[in-house]
Amino acid sequence: MKELVAICAFAAAVALLPLVVNSGFVLNLVIMTLYATLLGQAWNILAGFGGQFSFGHAVFFGTGAYAAAVLQVRFGWNAWAALAAAVVLGGAVGAFIGALSFRYGLRGSYFALVTLAFAEVFRVLANTFDFTGAGVGLMIPLGTSAADFQFASSAGFLYVILGFTLAAFGVTLWLKHSRYGAWLQAVRDNEESAAALGVDVFRVKLGAIMISAALMAAGGVFYVQYFHYIDPHIAYGPAVSVEALLAPIVGGMGTSFGPLLGAVVLHALGEFTRNLMGDAPGVSLVIYGAVLVAMVTFLPRGIIGAFAARRPARRVPRA
Amino acid sequence: MLEFSILFPSVLNGLTTGAVYALIALGLTLIYGVLHIINFAHGAALMIALYGVYFLHLTLGLDPYVSLPVMVPAMFVLGYGLQRLVIGRASHGKDENILLVTLGLAMVMENLALFLWRSDTRTVETPYTFSTVNIAGAMIAVPKLAAFAGALVAAAVLLVLVSRTDLGRAIRAIAKERQGAKLVGIDVEHVFAMSFGIGLACLGAAACFLLPAYYVNPLVGNGFILIAFTIVVLGGMGSFAGALAGGLIIGVVESVGGLWLGESLGQIGIFLIFIVVLLFRPQGLFGART
Amino acid sequence: MLEARNLSISFGGLKAVEDVSLSVPGGSIVSLIGPNGAGKSTLFGLISGFLKPDAGQIAFLGEDITGLAPHLVCRRGLTRTFQIVQPFAAQTVRENIAVGAHLHHRARREALARAQAVAERVGLAPELDKLAVNLTIAGRKRLELARALAAEPRLLLLDEVLAGLNPNEVGEMLPVIRAIRDSGITVLLIEHVMQAVMALAEYTWVLNNGRLIAEGRPAEIANDPKVIEAYLGHGTAERLRAASAHA
Repeated sequence: MKELVAICAFAAAVALLPLVVNSGFVLNLVIMTLYATLLGQAWNILAGFGGQFSFGHAVFFGTGAYAAAVLQVRFGWNAWAALAAAVVLGGAVGAFIGALSFRYGLRGSYFALVTLAFAEVFRVLANTFDFTGAGVGLMIPLGTSAADFQFASSAGFLYVILGFTLAAFGVTLWLKHSRYGAWLQAVRDNEESAAALGVDVFRVKLGAIMISAALMAAGGVFYVQYFHYIDPHIAYGPAVSVEALLAPIVGGMGTSFGPLLGAVVLHALGEFTRNLMGDAPGVSLVIYGAVLVAMVTFLPRGIIGAFAARRPARRVPRA
Repeated sequence: MLEFSILFPSVLNGLTTGAVYALIALGLTLIYGVLHIINFAHGAALMIALYGVYFLHLTLGLDPYVSLPVMVPAMFVLGYGLQRLVIGRASHGKDENILLVTLGLAMVMENLALFLWRSDTRTVETPYTFSTVNIAGAMIAVPKLAAFAGALVAAAVLLVLVSRTDLGRAIRAIAKERQGAKLVGIDVEHVFAMSFGIGLACLGAAACFLLPAYYVNPLVGNGFILIAFTIVVLGGMGSFAGALAGGLIIGVVESVGGLWLGESLGQIGIFLIFIVVLLFRPQGLFGART
Repeated sequence: MLEARNLSISFGGLKAVEDVSLSVPGGSIVSLIGPNGAGKSTLFGLISGFLKPDAGQIAFLGEDITGLAPHLVCRRGLTRTFQIVQPFAAQTVRENIAVGAHLHHRARREALARAQAVAERVGLAPELDKLAVNLTIAGRKRLELARALAAEPRLLLLDEVLAGLNPNEVGEMLPVIRAIRDSGITVLLIEHVMQAVMALAEYTWVLNNGRLIAEGRPAEIANDPKVIEAYLGHGTAERLRAASAHA
C-alpha cells in the first residue's frame, strides 16, 4: 500500500534525524511538531473519521497528564506504568462523556459545547483539590533514565513521540481498511442510512471517542514527561483543545496525513512569524486564527483535500 | 450559612451579575435564534467592547455609561461587518464550519488584544466605583445596580425591536422559515448581518455596564462564553424571556454556589447545569420541543 | 413473512398512521400506495424501527420486532431505502455499497468485492469509482437500492425508488426489481408511478389519511371508487361514472 510506504519513509526520516542533526533547537521543533501531530491525529479520529467535532478535547489530554503526574508524584509509580494507566483512564473518560452525549443524541454544535463544558468542569476540579496540586499544579522530578520515561538528550523524547504518532498512524490505517472504520465513516456521512444498513451507531461512536481519548491521554503523558510540569490551565484549558483541531483542519480531516501536514505547516508558519516579529505574545495565534477562518472558508477539506484527485463536479441537473 | 443576612446580599448580588450575564446572553440568543449560529466569538467580542469602553475612558475621559451611545453603534457596525464579510462567506451551510469560523475569529481577536495591549488587567475608576446602596440591609455596589437596570432596559428594547418593528418581523420570519422568507423578498443576507450586529451591540451595552464593576484583559471573554451558552440553552434557544430569566438564575446560582463551595468550585455549578440541560432538557425552560 | 397488526402513531394531534394491519407473504412483490401525506413513509418508519408505534405490533419471520432499533431490524433481515436519497456523499459508489455488504462480511476486501457484484446486478458497474455526490438522480436511486441489497435482506422496503425517474429509467428499473424478487427477496414498494405498481405488484394496500382504505390486486384496486376518491377528490368516482355513462 502506498500509504504504508509513506509512513515507513516518514518514520525512517525522523528516526535518522538525531544522527544527522545536532541542534537542540531543530530537534525540539520536530518533537513539538510530532506532538501536535499526535493531538491532531487523536482529534481527527473522532472528527475527521467519525464526524463528531469536539471543542474540549483537552479533557482527555488533561486526564492523561494528571494521571501520569499524580501516579508518579503521589504514589511513586513508574512512569511507563503510569502511561499505561493514563491511557486507560483517558479512554474511560472518553467512554463516560461519549456514553452520556451519544445516548442523549447530542450532535453538531451541542456536542462541541458539551465537551467544552466537561473540560471546564475538570479544570475547576483540578484547580480545587490538593492532590492534583490545585492552582499551583504538579512538578515531575527531573531524571535521565529511560526506564523513568526521562531522557538526557532530546533524541529519547523524539523516539517516544515518534512511537506514539506511529501508533496513531496504525489506528488510522486500520480505520481505513476495516469494517469498523467503514461503519464509522458511514455514521459520519449519514447516521440514518448507516442505521438502516445495520450499523450500531451508538457503539461505533463510543468506540471512536474512546480511541481518540486514549491517544489524547498519551499526548498528555508525553507533555508531562517532556516539560516536567502540569497545571489545570495547561491540562484542561482551551489551548490544547484548539491545538488538537487546528492541524487536521489545515492538513485535511479524515485523511491519514492531514494532521501531520497541518502540524508541519502550522509550525513552519509559527517559526516564520517568530523570525519576523520576535517573540511578541499572541502573534502566532492571531495567524493561526486567521488560517483557521481561511481554511474553513476556502479549503474546507484542508490542504490534502485541495489537491485530491476527487473533486466533486458541478451537480448534474435533474432530468 | 443559610442566614438571611448572608443569603440575601448574595442573592441580590447574584441578580445584578445575572442581569449582565443576561444582557450578554440576549445577544447570543438573537444570533442563535435567527442565524442558528452558535457564536464562539461572543466572549472575544465582549472583550473588545470592554477595551473600547476602557480606552474611551482613558483617552477621552468618557464615563462608561456616557460611552453607551458610542459603543453600541460601534459594536453594531463590527457585528454587521463580521457577519456580512466573514462569517456569511464561510458558512457553506454546515453547523460545524460556522463554529470553527467563529472560533478562529475569537482566536484572532483575543491574541490581537494580547499583542496590542499585553496581558495586564485593567480597570476603570469612576467617582461611583466604590459607592454602595443599602437595600434592606444588604450593601450593593452602585455600578452593579446600574448594570441590573441597564440590562432590564436593554432586554425591553430588544423585545420591542423584535416584536414591533419591520426588522423584527423579518427576523422572526427568517428564524422560522429561511427559504420562505427569501421567497417573499426579504433580503436575508442583510437581516442576518443586522441580527449579528444587534447581537454585538448588546455586548457594547453590556461592556459599558460591566467595566465599572469588573475588569478587562485579553482573556476575560473566555470566562463569559460558557456562561452565556449555558444561559441561552437554559432559557431555551431563541427565547429572550428565557435568556433574561436564565441569566438571573445563573447569576444567583453562581453567587450562592460560591457561598457554599468557594469562588472557583462555585463555577462548576454553572457548567454542570449546562451539561444537564443539554442532555436531559435541550429545549431549556422556555423553549419549544423541536 | 411480515405481519403488522393495528399499528398506530400520532405526532402531536395528528394521527399519521391509524390502526393499519397488513401481511406480506414471502417471495412476492407487493406495494403500498396512496396520495401524498397518507402516511406511507411513516408506516415504513414504524416497520423498520425508526419510529416507535403508539399501538400495535410488528412481527417479522415469526418474531416480534415492535420497537426494535433500526440497526437490529436490519440485522434480522429487513432493510429499507429512503424516499429522499441519503448517500454517503463523500464516498464512492463502491464504498457506499460496501457499508451494506459489511453487515455479513467482515473483511474489507470481501465487502468491496460483494459491493462490485451488487453494483453489477443493479446496473451501477460503470459508476463504481464515482463519488456518490456526482451521480444523477437515477444513479442515486440505484445506489440506494444497491446498498440495501448488499445487506442481504429477506425483506426489502423500497420507498419511492422510482420517483424522479423518466419513463426510460423506470423501464430499466422494473426488470431489476423483478430480478430481486426472483432471487428470493420479498419486496414491499411504496410507489406513485402506477405503471410500475401495475407491472410489478401482486398485491397492494392503499393508505389514505393514515388508514387502510382498500387492498387487493392492483387491477381491481384501480377501479375501486374509494381509491379513486382518495387520489382525485370527493365525488370524483361518481362524476367519472356519470361521464362514461354519457360517453
